[in-house]
Amino acid sequence: MLNIQGFETIVNKTYDVPYMERTRLYYEAQGYSEPYLWAHFATTPFSALQKPLSESTVSLITTAMPDTEQGRSERKLYSSLSTPAPKTMYTLGLSWHDTVTHTRDTGSFLPIEPLLVVQDEGGIGSLAPRFHSVPTAYSQRQTLEEDAPELLERLQEDQADVALLVPL
Amino acid sequence: MDIIEHVGVPRYLHTDFPLGNPLGNPFDRDMQLSHTSMALELLRSASEANTIQRSPYSWDGDPGWRDDYSKVINENRAELAQAGEARRALQTEMKKLNPRQLIPDP
Repeated sequence: MLNIQGFETIVNKTYDVPYMERTRLYYEAQGYSEPYLWAHFATTPFSALQKPLSESTVSLITTAMPDTEQGRSERKLYSSLSTPAPKTMYTLGLSWHDTVTHTRDTGSFLPIEPLLVVQDEGGIGSLAPRFHSVPTAYSQRQTLEEDAPELLERLQEDQADVALLVPL
Repeated sequence: MDIIEHVGVPRYLHTDFPLGNPLGNPFDRDMQLSHTSMALELLRSASEANTIQRSPYSWDGDPGWRDDYSKVINENRAELAQAGEARRALQTEMKKLNPRQLIPDP
């Protein structure tokens, strides 16, 4: 059961967090008059796999920024080498749950090592040579008209067959 | 989950963990590999858009994390209002310096 704050009031502790409602209330408490409008598809796109995963190049997309001087100062589209897997990524400012967990283990949000394991076992053709960091921009126009087309171009350059989006 | 259902995605593996750890508990390599394998299997098996599956794994820390996320209570209202003011001021300032540099969501 949820009360008007969007919080669980009784007994059942395992429920799906109502993120949209929480975000709305959180913005409101910060003095924003307009609620955030989430983008959504009228018809969600879908493509079936064109070839078996064991022959596919798999690309990885994260919302964490590279832990470099530029990555720490400007949130934009970056492409980084997949191997060796980065030991740190810059995650400050993303809305991850910093009062209960941390992002010191990049494996908890960037599955490079598991994908290499699956690659060695023949489950995928290969992990793409680079992975991509995408900014979680407030502007839907920026995402749709600038970042997404540029990302698609980079994925095509990588000859990626499929992409896993793993946001924090 | 609610956001994904609203936005619409081709396929989604729901891992019920605090935001920041979509692959599961930090340093749990077995769980991270299992989640990766589940995601790949979903990629292979889904036949239509908005296919959603849930991971059977759960967070090994305090189950109260669900209540804690973006909590608005009487005790933090003043602090949040102040943070909002500060954020808007910073945003105005940064837009002047570099219109493309967007400040992350609160």
